[in-house]
Amino acid sequence: MKINDACEIRDSVRSGRISAAEVATAALKRIEEADSRLGAFITVQPDRVLERAREVDRRARSGDAKLQLAGIPVAVKDNISTRHLKTTCGSRILQGYVPPFSATAVEALENAGAVVIGKTICDEFGMGSSTENSAFHVTRNPFDLERVAGGSSGGSAVAVAAGMAALALGSDTGGSVRQPASFCNVVGIKPTYGRISRYGLVAFASSLDVIGILAPSPRDAALLLSTVAGPDGRDSTSARVPVPDYLAGLERPVKGLRVGVPREFFDPGLDREVKGLIDEALRNATSLGCEIEDVSLPHTPRAVADYYIIAPAEASSNLARYDGVRYGYRVPNPCDLADMYVGSRSQGFGAEVKRRIMIGTFALSSGYYEAYYGRAMKVRTLIRQDYDKAFERVDVLLAPVSPTPAFRIGEKTDDPLAMYLSDIYTVTANLAGIPALSVPCGFTSGGLPVGLQILGSHFQEEILLRLAQNYVKSFPVAAPPLRI
Amino acid sequence: MSIDRAGVVKVAELAKLEFSERELEAFTLQFQRILDYIAKLKEASVEGVEPTSHASIGEGPSIQFARDDEVRKSLTVEEALGNAPDPGSGHFRVPKVL
Repeated sequence: MKINDACEIRDSVRSGRISAAEVATAALKRIEEADSRLGAFITVQPDRVLERAREVDRRARSGDAKLQLAGIPVAVKDNISTRHLKTTCGSRILQGYVPPFSATAVEALENAGAVVIGKTICDEFGMGSSTENSAFHVTRNPFDLERVAGGSSGGSAVAVAAGMAALALGSDTGGSVRQPASFCNVVGIKPTYGRISRYGLVAFASSLDVIGILAPSPRDAALLLSTVAGPDGRDSTSARVPVPDYLAGLERPVKGLRVGVPREFFDPGLDREVKGLIDEALRNATSLGCEIEDVSLPHTPRAVADYYIIAPAEASSNLARYDGVRYGYRVPNPCDLADMYVGSRSQGFGAEVKRRIMIGTFALSSGYYEAYYGRAMKVRTLIRQDYDKAFERVDVLLAPVSPTPAFRIGEKTDDPLAMYLSDIYTVTANLAGIPALSVPCGFTSGGLPVGLQILGSHFQEEILLRLAQNYVKSFPVAAPPLRI
Repeated sequence: MSIDRAGVVKVAELAKLEFSERELEAFTLQFQRILDYIAKLKEASVEGVEPTSHASIGEGPSIQFARDDEVRKSLTVEEALGNAPDPGSGHFRVPKVL
């Protein structure tokens, strides 16, 4: 069986046509066959998976009505806590860390009958755009094994793209769900800040971090979002906003929807072929009855600079907790406390994490705080106001996700700034806290996937998913065969 | 704004990190390039603009909330010590402070 349709798996398991154990076995077999070359997973425990799947089968037989995700194999990014299952964040500093609790989102999906199939590799603590930056291995793009999967949720994107999981959780601080989704021909949604509880998501930049979803289709993304969204007493920033049934209105037409195209997202840095595919997608949206108009988000050109002050500043504070005392790596035989802190952190963190801690520490340090962090918080307000103004006129925005398709492995590893600049079209949604998703819209002549980004106003996930669903139904992308 | 090797060493001390000579050399250059890039922010006029420190502030329904203050189950001592690099009996062991 193929693991590529979560809704169908759910229906089949609920009706007894197939067991959750059979689905889990098929997913494990696919991982066994493909993942030694793709490198999407870091931890897979087949015994645990099958035990959980059999438990779901027992619940299904006893008529448990709460199994909205019955038997669906879900991959979970390794910066999301899973009780009694190793959670490393792709870092040496958490190499052997086994959380004593699960993230609220993981609890919710397991309660609904989903089976956590394994933990997926990511850039260390989510810091990176290629899934090359972990203490472990590189994840490869299933459409071209010499190219990156995107990141930082690259492992989760590849798990779904290659049929090793029917759904995946990722996290998106500056594009880490949408960009790998775009690079791997899957749907990736970054919900509104606070829509999904962050409890158990290991903190990178707390005012930007959200848990997101990678899925084979907008419908499957809607299914999972309906289950994991909602307020949580364990996360004071989770939103007390009612959660709609995102599946309910999914097929409703989008005729008359007002769509804005932000001209700043079509700058000279945008690859010619990607631009061609996005232009075609805009024409397709018109033929669905959308009314397209030009809009301006004038502060977009400052967004990467803004993001690379705010995110490292918050990271430098959040990552101060790794001190070698309560959990994580401790340097052997430290001579005193200071030596233990410095040694554990310097040996435990990788180069990119240290770089960001340094930038953040600098931006928050006495004498520079106002010029860097203080100013960045004000520019963030301007970026957010750009969106507020745009959404007075239009319902959604359409734009590219990334300036280029998947780049070659190793191409940007020596040039951190080049890597940062590739986040230009994704960071603004995090700074503004708005929802955004990537939906497949075509392939380049070289056979690489390209995603279309749909951005909406706060808590308007329903409209984004509806437009995406209408889009894939009318303009399905013919994907070339996977390389594996 | 320019930063030299001594400046980087000072930031590293604040961040409780240390670098080898070779790392410091490469890092100072990268740091300078990143600082030059983030100087772009100076181009924006922020006169009279309020800072945004958190995505949920000012969003009516999503303003931060606190749960009721109720006694509930928490981690056991064993669970809390389960990942400790050097657990004692009921405590975390660290090098001598005094």
